[in-house]
Amino acid sequence: MREKKGIIITGAIVGLLSVLLVKFGNPVNMGICIACFIRDIAGALGLHRAEVVQYIRPEISGIVLGAFLTAFGMKEFSAKGGSSPLVRFVLGFIVMIGALMFLGCPLRMVLRIAGGDINALIGLAGFAAGIGVGIVFLNKGFSLKRTYSLAKFEGYVFPAVMAGLLVLLLAKPAFIFFSEKGPGAAHAAVLLSLAAGLIVGALAQRTRLCMVGGIRDLILFKDWYLISGFLAILATAMIGNLVIGKFSLGFADQPVAHADGLWNFLGMALAGWGSVLLGGCPLRQLILSAEGNIDSVMTVIGMTAGAAFAHNFSLAASANGPSPNGKTAVIIGFAVLLVVSYFNLEKTVEVKMKGDVELEA
Amino acid sequence: MKLDQIDARGLSCPQPVLLTKKGVEKNPEGIQVLVDNTTARDNITRFANNSGYKVETNTQGSGFLLTLKK
Repeated sequence: MREKKGIIITGAIVGLLSVLLVKFGNPVNMGICIACFIRDIAGALGLHRAEVVQYIRPEISGIVLGAFLTAFGMKEFSAKGGSSPLVRFVLGFIVMIGALMFLGCPLRMVLRIAGGDINALIGLAGFAAGIGVGIVFLNKGFSLKRTYSLAKFEGYVFPAVMAGLLVLLLAKPAFIFFSEKGPGAAHAAVLLSLAAGLIVGALAQRTRLCMVGGIRDLILFKDWYLISGFLAILATAMIGNLVIGKFSLGFADQPVAHADGLWNFLGMALAGWGSVLLGGCPLRQLILSAEGNIDSVMTVIGMTAGAAFAHNFSLAASANGPSPNGKTAVIIGFAVLLVVSYFNLEKTVEVKMKGDVELEA
Repeated sequence: MKLDQIDARGLSCPQPVLLTKKGVEKNPEGIQVLVDNTTARDNITRFANNSGYKVETNTQGSGFLLTLKK
């Protein structure tokens, strides 16, 4: 119970910070969105040229650096990798395609529900369905195999890149793109965004906050731990939205959203299934990356590539609804997930040994 | 009595917990699980406590050996 208190407080703080970021400039119901913000960073770096979604979001750097410092301080930083890195890249790519069909990562889905966007409830139904499909494969022995220890230096690279992004944000060199209108132009002050990111990163590292894990553990183990964080975000963000007057119940005209129920459902189903195979939602992938998990770094790079593709080839949905290319991409995504799920089933899931086993130091 | 041992080192969540769950279904009197990170340690401990097992945690090398008993 004491443990659960921690994640509930974390969820409450994440919910409040998200509302605060909206109050001070972030797009509505987008106080924090890992998928959207990685997409904005991809745009700022010129990896796609959608002019309305280009900005180096300091929240992302903050989350990674906050988690890195916390993990380091708690002696939980350890560089490792080798658990199907390229498959994880592909899964990250697909999760991003699904998220950009729905217009938000699982965390933003919660924030959208907290803002009264009923489309996001349909997204949640799809998300839970996708997680359910993933769990079927987990129970049949799905595994991306083991990680192995790597040189410490390997683990420092990703946090260093994130710090580098902050330098680019402050230096504003001419080759970095910044939106002049649209969601990319809507942002809170750099210091506020960075501070919020640092806090969220540190707390999420300590509590293992994860949107996918919440529903997964509830179904698999009847474990309420992770989903308590999810519910706390929902509750506090909803109260916060009511206070700042950003709560509006309905389907139509929701901020940075569309009302195509089928594709909201399918987009989040794709993201949910992919995330279960990865072992965590996009936020959790950032935290694991910060802790030295290079496989999660590969996932984040996959998400970045997915975001760039999504806008270069008109796969991302917009307020007008999904695009034909986007629908095709989501269907291809499901086919790829099925192949990945099937071919990574292990016949013997138990690796058992009798007697004592010494661990190497 | 020697307990069956599961090596969950290097596996990402939720696999260590799933293996533990399958392990105790097969050996209800108890099992041992090797893990190499604190997340897996905490998750297995929570699962074990929720399913009525006591957990003894020993540091072993860079990881942990968890002993689950009724």
